[in-house]
Amino acid sequence: MKKSKLFSLITLVLAMLMVFVACAPAANNEADPTEGKSDAQVQTPADKEDEPAAEPVTITYCNFNSSGGNEETLAKMVAAFEAAHPNIKVEVETIGYDDYFTQMQTRVAGGTAPDCYELNIENFAAYANKGLLAEISGVDVSALNETALNAFNVGGKQYGLPESFSNVILIYNKDLFDQAGVAYPTDDWTQADLQVAAEKIRALGDDIFGIWQPITYNEFFKVVAQYGGALLNEDKTQFTINSPENLAAAQALVDRVLVSNVQPNAVQQGGMGDWDMFMSGRLGMIPTGIWAFQTFTDNCDFEWDIVVEPGSTQKATHFFSNCVVMNPETKHPEEVATWLAWLASSTDSADIRLAAGWDLPALKDLNALSAYLDITPPANREAVFKSLDYLVMPPVIEDYALMSDIIGQKLAAAAEGTITVQEALDQAQAECEAQIKLG
Amino acid sequence: MKKSKTEKLRKQGSGLLVASPFLLPSLIGLMIFSLMPLIISGLISLTDWNGLDQLMQPGFFKEHFIGFENYKTILTTPEFWKTLGNTAEYIVLYIPFMLAASLLVAYLLSRPRKAIGVFRVVYYIPVLTSWVAASLIWKSVLAPQYGALNGILEIFGIEGPGWLLDEKWAMPAIVLVSVWKDMGFFGLILLSGIVGINKTYYEAADIDGANGWTKFIKITLPLLTPSIFYVVIVAMINSFQLFPQIMIMTGGGPNGATQVMVERIYQYGFRYFRMGYAAAFSWILFAIIMVFTAIQMNGQERWVHYDD
Amino acid sequence: MTTKRKIGTVIFYVIAITLAVIALIPFLWMISTSFKSRGALMSIPIQWIPEEPTWNAYIKVFSKFPFAKTIGNSLFISVSYTVITLLSSAMAAFAFAKLRFPGSQLVLGGYLATMMIPTQVTMIPLFVIMNRMGLTDTYASVILPSIFRPFAIFMLVQQMRTIPNDFLDAAKIDGAGVFQVFFKVALPLCIPSLATLSITTFMESWNDYLWPLLMLSDKNKMTLPIALSTLNGQYATEYNVLMAGSLISMIPIIVIYIIAQKQFKDGMMAGGIKG
Repeated sequence: MKKSKLFSLITLVLAMLMVFVACAPAANNEADPTEGKSDAQVQTPADKEDEPAAEPVTITYCNFNSSGGNEETLAKMVAAFEAAHPNIKVEVETIGYDDYFTQMQTRVAGGTAPDCYELNIENFAAYANKGLLAEISGVDVSALNETALNAFNVGGKQYGLPESFSNVILIYNKDLFDQAGVAYPTDDWTQADLQVAAEKIRALGDDIFGIWQPITYNEFFKVVAQYGGALLNEDKTQFTINSPENLAAAQALVDRVLVSNVQPNAVQQGGMGDWDMFMSGRLGMIPTGIWAFQTFTDNCDFEWDIVVEPGSTQKATHFFSNCVVMNPETKHPEEVATWLAWLASSTDSADIRLAAGWDLPALKDLNALSAYLDITPPANREAVFKSLDYLVMPPVIEDYALMSDIIGQKLAAAAEGTITVQEALDQAQAECEAQIKLG
Repeated sequence: MKKSKTEKLRKQGSGLLVASPFLLPSLIGLMIFSLMPLIISGLISLTDWNGLDQLMQPGFFKEHFIGFENYKTILTTPEFWKTLGNTAEYIVLYIPFMLAASLLVAYLLSRPRKAIGVFRVVYYIPVLTSWVAASLIWKSVLAPQYGALNGILEIFGIEGPGWLLDEKWAMPAIVLVSVWKDMGFFGLILLSGIVGINKTYYEAADIDGANGWTKFIKITLPLLTPSIFYVVIVAMINSFQLFPQIMIMTGGGPNGATQVMVERIYQYGFRYFRMGYAAAFSWILFAIIMVFTAIQMNGQERWVHYDD
Repeated sequence: MTTKRKIGTVIFYVIAITLAVIALIPFLWMISTSFKSRGALMSIPIQWIPEEPTWNAYIKVFSKFPFAKTIGNSLFISVSYTVITLLSSAMAAFAFAKLRFPGSQLVLGGYLATMMIPTQVTMIPLFVIMNRMGLTDTYASVILPSIFRPFAIFMLVQQMRTIPNDFLDAAKIDGAGVFQVFFKVALPLCIPSLATLSITTFMESWNDYLWPLLMLSDKNKMTLPIALSTLNGQYATEYNVLMAGSLISMIPIIVIYIIAQKQFKDGMMAGGIKG
């Protein structure tokens, strides 16, 4: 009896406590809405700031790019930065790529975003257009590659700095070219040259294919540029997805699977990854990112090399860049800008990045990268830099993810042959127009 | 005094008094962790919030309010009906198949055989295996040309389909993998139901000389109905919320054949930045699940036996 | 009779072993992958036995994070979570199944309805609520939601309904208060279900990833799934390390499972199912 009464009493008290906890701070916040935005995040740095002496300022930096193998590289960079800037301490939070954006969105909406963080290009557009980023100013970023820098400039304001940088080249299997008796590709190749070589390699065997270029949105916007087309008109006020140039580009990609079959269809691919197909010696060519070098070096038991991607009416190459951005609510905008500029554009950070074989820094002056050129394979590593002359910007709009999903789905259907290429692009155009407001 | 207490317990007014300390912790949890977020998400569903602007800032609601616009749009798009159809296909295939598999698991594990403890651990291992690992291996098992499953089918002279790559077979493939993953979980719940059955029933049957199978059909199954009911309800709710296996195995493809409701909600909320739309979508989903569960709840008297 | 028995035994083991193989294949593949070098990962046909087995992935897992600390955090969170869930849910279930009060069916219906809410949209509101309660970056933010677990409550309600009322009445007549009836009569009769629940709850909390990721940004409070998720990169994932880490993270659940199994065995003896 006594026991049970005691127990119910405890439960009650506990419950009341919780209700109290639940209500009290909320009431506070409503009274002072300007302050209540982000109590949790502000507390640590603010407490430190109150102290009069030259206590170092602590800023928080959240990233995904170092996950999957480069946490230590980033830690080295932070150590080098802190040594050079004793008044700033950087607290790093590294989160896996798959859920990074879900958690970042929640924190931004909840008002507890870190002082600065990393974004990929799709999300950058959404965040910047919704006014969630601070302009990064007062720091020297002239060392950065202009195309990459422009990708993160909205309305003349620099909301993000390109921090890591990768581009795409054509990787080819020398042994298969030898067997097929075709001359190796050169940096001046066109799509027509590629097609001829691909067909000869395809003839080598049932299980051997000429090329693998996924028929996805990401490839599409680049190939379209190689044919002189674009997904949007110049001032980004209209979709031009089903233009004649784009149609030609898409048709060429799809024909490789359905007509000449130099590229395997889904069944022929058999669930095997594209890199795995190349590494197993069954693919003549694969346009892919420079991040494949290390894996291919470790796993290919044949000779391979790279060239600049072939163009059609013109050359166009891909780049992938992540950027670093600043939270407008940060208490330390200057320190944050200093850190971000150092991370993106200093030679110190570039050296550490290159030594670890991470992505490239997005620098204009490639002398910093000279050490990078000495590593083989690939022998023709210069093609990485030559490709930079033809960079094509992704058509960044606010609803980037939605547009890329719509186009990607239609292209996939065309690649399976369930609809024609013309139908695919017409439908993509119509759906994008219906669902996305431009401008 | 003791007797009067027993009587009180039966009386309604004081019943609440007796019950409240038992209910209080969960009620508080319900308020904070379910009801409040639910109400807020209901309000969000009436807005055009993008999911990024800070929530609950002063003037938030006024600025973003658009009435029932989201609901109207969702119910008029073909996409909604398609994902509903895909979800229905999953449920119709999954529930019976899963129930049969987990009953088999529970039955096997309830037998006092040698090494049964080992099987009990082994059957639970798929539940513990991460979706990432499971999907990698299943993708290769289900691969059309080199996959193990089609290899086995070939032995019997059957030409296997393209599974995850085939619009018709992608959803059945997802069902197959989900049953593999869940049979241990639901099997365990059914097993604990079997174990909890009062032994006197079996003793009576032993006297009548009933064999194992008869006992299973005549005693175990009827007395297991509360557990089966639980499993069906939970499995149905989970099926409506089908998500991780889709994201990791097909991403909604091929050609939208495995797009389901929660996948759409996630895409709209977190990739397309239309959180208001996503919230409306999930309220519609919420309503659908409620209706189905209510039907089940009301129908349970017909087949579920409680011992009271 | 004996031949019939023998045939029965053979059929039993054939079915049981087939099912076991199907259940185990991906697990075996995880083990084999965790001993592969990064290069040998994705070769087709699948390499079941690594040509050059190596411990590298395990060494990497242990050197990559403060492993002991991470496991300690995960254990603390999951054990607290499980204990609170069991207690709070059993209490609620008892009230619904065995106490009569007005509106009980309605309240139970409300409880069950919350199972049907897709979490994707309530996540941001809940995050904001937690923030306002000042719980960001505390263990409490991850543990407290355990006081309301409708799935657990529902399961125990189903179990408690099968307890004959006579049992409870007998105890009451013997002078037991309602709490004594709950602790001394109702709970012990639910042990098999409680054992199952403790496994599933522990597992859920142990593997829970997105919510702790949102709430705990302090590295010292990092849980195992959060640590493992950092192996997933933008362009590549170190599958061998990921598998090694996942295998290690499965061990505690398997241990708990084996302990909880004993409850089945005991329950089985009490239930007296004979073959």
